[in-house]
Amino acid sequence: MKVLLGIGGSDDSIRALEQVVARTAEVGDDLTVAIVENPRSPRSREEIAERTREELDAAGVDAEIRQVEGDPGSELVDMAEREGFDEIALGGGQTSPMGKINVGSIAEFVLLNAHTSVKLVR
Amino acid sequence: MTGPERYPDDHTDGFPSPPRTVEDAEGRTIELRVYDGSDAEREALQAMYEAFDPADRAQGIPPSRPSKLRGWLDRILDEDCFNVFAWDGDDVVGHVTLVPENGTESPYELAIFVLQSHQGAGIGTALIETALGYGAEQGITQVWLTVERWNRAAVGLYEKIGFETTDAESFELEMAIRLDDQTESTG
Repeated sequence: MKVLLGIGGSDDSIRALEQVVARTAEVGDDLTVAIVENPRSPRSREEIAERTREELDAAGVDAEIRQVEGDPGSELVDMAEREGFDEIALGGGQTSPMGKINVGSIAEFVLLNAHTSVKLVR
Repeated sequence: MTGPERYPDDHTDGFPSPPRTVEDAEGRTIELRVYDGSDAEREALQAMYEAFDPADRAQGIPPSRPSKLRGWLDRILDEDCFNVFAWDGDDVVGHVTLVPENGTESPYELAIFVLQSHQGAGIGTALIETALGYGAEQGITQVWLTVERWNRAAVGLYEKIGFETTDAESFELEMAIRLDDQTESTG
C-alpha cells in the first residue's frame, strides 16, 4: 500500500511517525513522509527531518522525505490524489490538560476532503 | 494542547460559592460540595463514572477501561485541581473539575459530567456556576473548555453562564470566561 504520512512537528505527529514507520517495517508499505507547515510546532523543520531519518534508519525502512510548503491540509490531499496514494496518515489529535482529545484543523480538512482512506494515529 | 490565546475582555462575577443546597427540576435535593480529598468521596465519584453511559463521553473522557479511569481520576483529583461534586443523598450524580495547564497560576480547563438519571434538571448549570464561584475564591481568573460543535445544548448552557467562543476553527469549539479575582482587595 502506498502511504503518505503528514507530520508538522506536534507531539501527536511524532507519535504517528513512530507508529507508521513501525507498521511500514512490518508490512512493507511504500511510505512517503511529508513535513508540513505548522506554526505552533515546538520543533523546527530540520529537527523533524532529522528525527524522521533516525526513525527510518532504526527501523531499516527506505522512505522519501519531502518538505511541503503551503496549506498543509490541501497540499496533502492534492499530493495523495495526484500521485495515487492509498492512504493519508496523520497524528490523531492533541490531548488537553485534563485528557480531552482535540482533533486539529489539518486533520479535519483532510478527513472532509480526501478521496483516499485517512488514518488518525492515537 | 493548550488553551485559548485570548480571553474575553469582560470579567464575569457574582457566581455562588459552595457548599450549596439546591432543588432540581424533579424536586430532588442536591448538595453541591467541594471534594474533601478523602478516599470515600473519590470512591463515590468513581462509582458515578462506572455507571456512566458511554454515549455521554466527551472527547475520550471519562475513559471506560478501569485502569484508565483510575489514572484519569488521579490526574483531575490532584491537589492543584478544583473539584465540586453534586450529591443526591450518598450518591455523586454530577461533577465539575477545573484542571490547570501548568501550575496554579495558569489558566484552568473545565469539564462537567452529570449522570444520565439526573440530566435535564438544572444540576449542570448550578454545578458550573458553583465551581466558577469556588474558582474565583481560589484566585482563578481564566477558565476555558472545548465542546463538540454539534452539542448545541452544552454550548447554549456555557453561553448562558458567560463563556464566549474563542476558537471555532476545529471540530471542537473552544470557549473561555474571565473571572474576577476574589482574593484581591477591591478597596
